[in-house]
Amino acid sequence: MSTGTILDVRGYRRPEPGTQPPYAFPSYRSSLRRAPSKPPILLPHSVSEVTGPMFGRDAIFAGDEDLTIANSGEAIGSRIIMTGRVLDEDGRPVPHTMLEIWQANAGGRYRHKMDQPHSPLDPHFNGYGRVMTDSEGRYRFKTIKPGPYPWENHYNAWRPSHIHYSVFGPAFATRLITQMYFPGDPLLPFDPVHNSIPDENARKLLIANFDWETTIPNQATGYRFDIVLRGRNETPMENRR
Amino acid sequence: MKLIATGNQPVGPFFHIILDRMLIPNVAGPGLDRITIRGRVLNADHAPVPDAMIETWQANAHGKYAHPADTQDKPLQESFLGFGRVVTDDNGAFSLTTIKPGRVPGLGGVPQAPHINVSVFMPGLLQRAVTRIYFPDEPANAGDPVLGLVEDARRATLVAKSVSGEASVLEWNVILGGEDETVFFDL
Repeated sequence: MSTGTILDVRGYRRPEPGTQPPYAFPSYRSSLRRAPSKPPILLPHSVSEVTGPMFGRDAIFAGDEDLTIANSGEAIGSRIIMTGRVLDEDGRPVPHTMLEIWQANAGGRYRHKMDQPHSPLDPHFNGYGRVMTDSEGRYRFKTIKPGPYPWENHYNAWRPSHIHYSVFGPAFATRLITQMYFPGDPLLPFDPVHNSIPDENARKLLIANFDWETTIPNQATGYRFDIVLRGRNETPMENRR
Repeated sequence: MKLIATGNQPVGPFFHIILDRMLIPNVAGPGLDRITIRGRVLNADHAPVPDAMIETWQANAHGKYAHPADTQDKPLQESFLGFGRVVTDDNGAFSLTTIKPGRVPGLGGVPQAPHINVSVFMPGLLQRAVTRIYFPDEPANAGDPVLGLVEDARRATLVAKSVSGEASVLEWNVILGGEDETVFFDL
């Protein structure tokens, strides 16, 4: 054994049962051929898992937080202000972490070569944004409400309106990609992607709340969506080199 | 206060929108000894997955992560972040240029063999699949505490293979089923 520093590594907590989707979820058809079939091996966290990529303010460009203006024009659609906080399970803010967001336009069409032409592209909507949380874990961006769109999963299948969120958090272990939904969407109960999360309360947490406080008169309605990343264990595990 | 951690959801078929701003096929900085890791992502029928995204996270050549939670007294390398992001093409193929990382501390007092941490995303995958890339002809693999968690017959799925005739190229695949299914970790 080589001598050297001992690294005390506090790992991240495992998810509560039912709060995360399984790999294979039969009603979400494309999961069936793309799910690991063997159970994953439990990996105790080392320095490899409690570290992760960090991005500075220079990763954010002017206009990244406003998706409603693109190619010198204004996007079509109902303006919304999305705000929220990134927290850990203990309610501590996750500061200075990057969020990537992407979404369909007001007609439910993505600016992507593979999306079907069920509805036109909007020349002034790209559907991509990027924001950094502040020192209190808060984020804010302006966009348009995305439309629902048809997909091939089953007969007359429609995805509820949603915004994709990609969050890095402080560590490789906290990496999260999820989807945020809108309150009262009648398509939600029929959506196998949303329903893949077994626990009802955990499922509800993917639905944003309408928010008067961030609603701007004559301009935009506000929605609040908090993201909770895994919390850390209390006890360090000893790593040596 | 104990909150419920947000559930994962799949990336969906249109995540490529985000890649204009962050596709990182070259993790290695200038002047470093580069290797290229090539491979394919295959589904349960071993058909190519043309719409996968692979993210990698690794230590530098000294075995130091560019992150404050790595408190080792080892040098950081300027302009080396250690984060890569690539996507597969129509044949399910990807390519990542990087460096071989140094060894980092592991659990139970055992140093880990050089490895790259990997997240795999694709439509149909409800949460990322986590795996690792190890290096061939690496004596430290034999004592690696994570490889030690894996049954002998499956360990080879985590170790990249040398490519004959190409000194700085390694091959490593992600396979989602069958006899040679890649080992994934519950993180």
